[in-house]
Amino acid sequence: MNGALLTLENLTVRFGGLAAVDSVSFRVEPQTVHGLIGPNGAGKTTAFNLISGLGHQSEGHIRLDGETIDDWPSWQRAQHGLARTFQNIRMFGEMTALENVLAGMHVHVGGGLGATLLRLKSFRSAEAAAIAKGHEILGFLGLADASTRRAGNLPYGDQRRLEIGRALASDPKLMLLDEPAAGMNPSETAGLIELLLRLKSRGVTLLLVEHDMHFIMNLCDRITVLNFGRKIAEGTPLEVRSDPKVIEAYLGTKVAERLEAGARVR
Amino acid sequence: MLAQQLVNGIISGATYALFALGFTLMFGVLNVVNLTYGVYFSTGALIALYATRHFAAPILIALPLAAIATGLIAVVIDGLLLTPLRRKKAPELASLMVTLGATLLLYSLMTAFIGTDIQRFPPAAIDPSAIEVGSVRISRSQILIVGTAFAMVALLLALMRGTRLGLAIRALAENPDVARLMGVDVTLVTFFVSFVSGTLGAAAGILIGLNYNAIQPYMGEAMMLKGFAVIIIGGLGDIRGALIAGLILGLLEGLTAGYVASTLKDAVGFLLLVLTLWFRPVGLFGRAAAKRA
Amino acid sequence: MSEFLADFLFSYQSLIHSLGINGLLALSMYVVLAIGQLSLGQAAFMGLGAYTSALLTLKLGAPFPLVLIASMAVPALAALIIGAPTLRLSGVYLALATIGLGEVLRIAFVNSELTGGALGLSGIPEKAGYALIFGCLALALIAFVLVSRSRIGRAMEAMREDEVAAGMLGVHLPRYRISALVVSAMLAGLAGAFNAHVSSFISPNDYGFDAAVTILSYALLGGIGSPFGPVVGAIILTLLPEVLRPLHDFRLVFNGLIIVIAVLFMPHGIVPWRIGRTGARA
Repeated sequence: MNGALLTLENLTVRFGGLAAVDSVSFRVEPQTVHGLIGPNGAGKTTAFNLISGLGHQSEGHIRLDGETIDDWPSWQRAQHGLARTFQNIRMFGEMTALENVLAGMHVHVGGGLGATLLRLKSFRSAEAAAIAKGHEILGFLGLADASTRRAGNLPYGDQRRLEIGRALASDPKLMLLDEPAAGMNPSETAGLIELLLRLKSRGVTLLLVEHDMHFIMNLCDRITVLNFGRKIAEGTPLEVRSDPKVIEAYLGTKVAERLEAGARVR
Repeated sequence: MLAQQLVNGIISGATYALFALGFTLMFGVLNVVNLTYGVYFSTGALIALYATRHFAAPILIALPLAAIATGLIAVVIDGLLLTPLRRKKAPELASLMVTLGATLLLYSLMTAFIGTDIQRFPPAAIDPSAIEVGSVRISRSQILIVGTAFAMVALLLALMRGTRLGLAIRALAENPDVARLMGVDVTLVTFFVSFVSGTLGAAAGILIGLNYNAIQPYMGEAMMLKGFAVIIIGGLGDIRGALIAGLILGLLEGLTAGYVASTLKDAVGFLLLVLTLWFRPVGLFGRAAAKRA
Repeated sequence: MSEFLADFLFSYQSLIHSLGINGLLALSMYVVLAIGQLSLGQAAFMGLGAYTSALLTLKLGAPFPLVLIASMAVPALAALIIGAPTLRLSGVYLALATIGLGEVLRIAFVNSELTGGALGLSGIPEKAGYALIFGCLALALIAFVLVSRSRIGRAMEAMREDEVAAGMLGVHLPRYRISALVVSAMLAGLAGAFNAHVSSFISPNDYGFDAAVTILSYALLGGIGSPFGPVVGAIILTLLPEVLRPLHDFRLVFNGLIIVIAVLFMPHGIVPWRIGRTGARA
């Protein structure tokens, strides 16, 4: 039996003989927050790219909501309920905040070419409904006032939230968040944790990569730890925190992590 | 008949390979499709033509002179048009568009000043004597053409494989940011690659100009069609692929002209290009895989 | 007054025709640029449309509406043949393949007896008038505006700004790419048919490299923030050489320069207004 929303099975990718992700398996259960952590270069973002279809695995399988999606292009995965954000925000900077969220609804908004050109009632009501939902999402993000502003002109923290909102707009079954707290100050981070908790209570399943341990421990139901492309531990935050292998992996790179954390404070 | 067609094919093929080499080098190392490349082909031939005509320079002097002068022009164009885009990290199609505009500008300027009439090298520049091996006729100019093409390719390969500069070029091709961290002077190497590409394009123009003895500003544009075909068949950015694809194209054109119809000759390249896109978009050796979207 | 207008329309007939035809060509470039791709086959598609329509009219005496449909269908087919294999490749491949198409078609037109060789075809009856040309241009503009302000328009702009992110939102990238290219080919083919049926004479050199780059200069001068930008660009670049005679001889130099300047210094063109992307009151 397999009730998991996402299943990775012996996922491996090699770049020129070097395995960036090495035989990694784990499952993300529905309606949970699952953390993917590990020192720099552990293969977290690479794993995210494989899951979202931006790279192709050398071996192994990915299953999303009952379907094997190994060879699906990213847009097909998105249509099947996958959404993601990026480590370095990828906003549609020229579009307004509202239009960004509406773009996120692409899969669900109706309106074929004919209905669009003729401005049929079906098109108009679908657009009106989408816009209403878009405003609702902007309100949920705390960006209600920004709806007509150019996304590229929003402050950094707001862009992060908007990118999450754009992913949320697609009504995903599973949302991947790649370092959502990167570059945020403590109060922005606190706001983000609160936002993600509200997402979770809406029933969205989250898989997230994050360096901020406080953030991870507060939010996650379950954590998978990678090091040098391999899975070295998995469990609840409490279990993972006391796992000697995890401590060793982190201690080994503690100095570097600290340096990096220092550099990331703005 | 067959032997003569094959020899003609190899001669054209050698110049195609030489031409495509500079084009694919720019793409592979600098990661831009520089469409002004066809202009270098014309410029090189025109400079050599004027050097032989007005200064009575022998072709063995005019050729390197014109190639070097064109290489310098290529550096200036890269500096003016592409360096600003690199600095802005502009998308790859921006560089394609800017060089496209520059190409029209440069061709039209050349045409405005020297017209589109076909010009010829003075008789003294071209040695009409030929060697006959059996039924095959090879002129001394053609020997010069093939010799120069092979010498330049060998020189380039030696440079890429055997020198520190070659190492720097390959590092830049892999990743400009990493190359910079490794201490490679990226600006200097970029200019050097532009220079080398410019000289290769110009040399090909001079050699083809000698082969057909017909030179005019737009000659580079028709050549670009063959250039596209060769670099796509060989795999974008793949030097070895470009060499082999160039020779293949030359041979197939020769055979088409000889056995099918000479008017179809110029369509062979495009046909191969489309077939490659359909059936083997990564090119002959599959090196272009990394450039896929 | 109406006599004056009639005089004016008569003496500037070919210029006015060009405005409409070039406007259509600018839109055919716009639809591809609007999704972040670059096709340089517009002149080739136009040539295919022009030759298809001229041959159908001259050799078969086909009815004009049928001629127009064929002049859109043939370039659309060519677009499918060279566009489809590039869908999953980087944009460079489409750009190179379409420039190549232009060259090879020119060679084909020059060498074929059917198309009249380098001399081209002449004696094509004048069947396209102001109403038809500008009616089609207006229809195309309205259609683009309606599409821009919808889910499809949002997906298109998303692709232009960040194709990876657009794909992650479920935008069917290959379908959008091929549709844009086919629409582009059809518009250019239609413009070609009009061109053949107002100027009575066509030749291979009308549809070469120069024409391809000139069409790009329309779109880049006007800017692609909205479908109006490229049309404005086409109008300016068609009128300017007529108004400024000295410019006429250096028209192509100027068009090339426009592209260089637009890419380096004014990426939004001279019509900076950006079309909204919502199809109802926000």
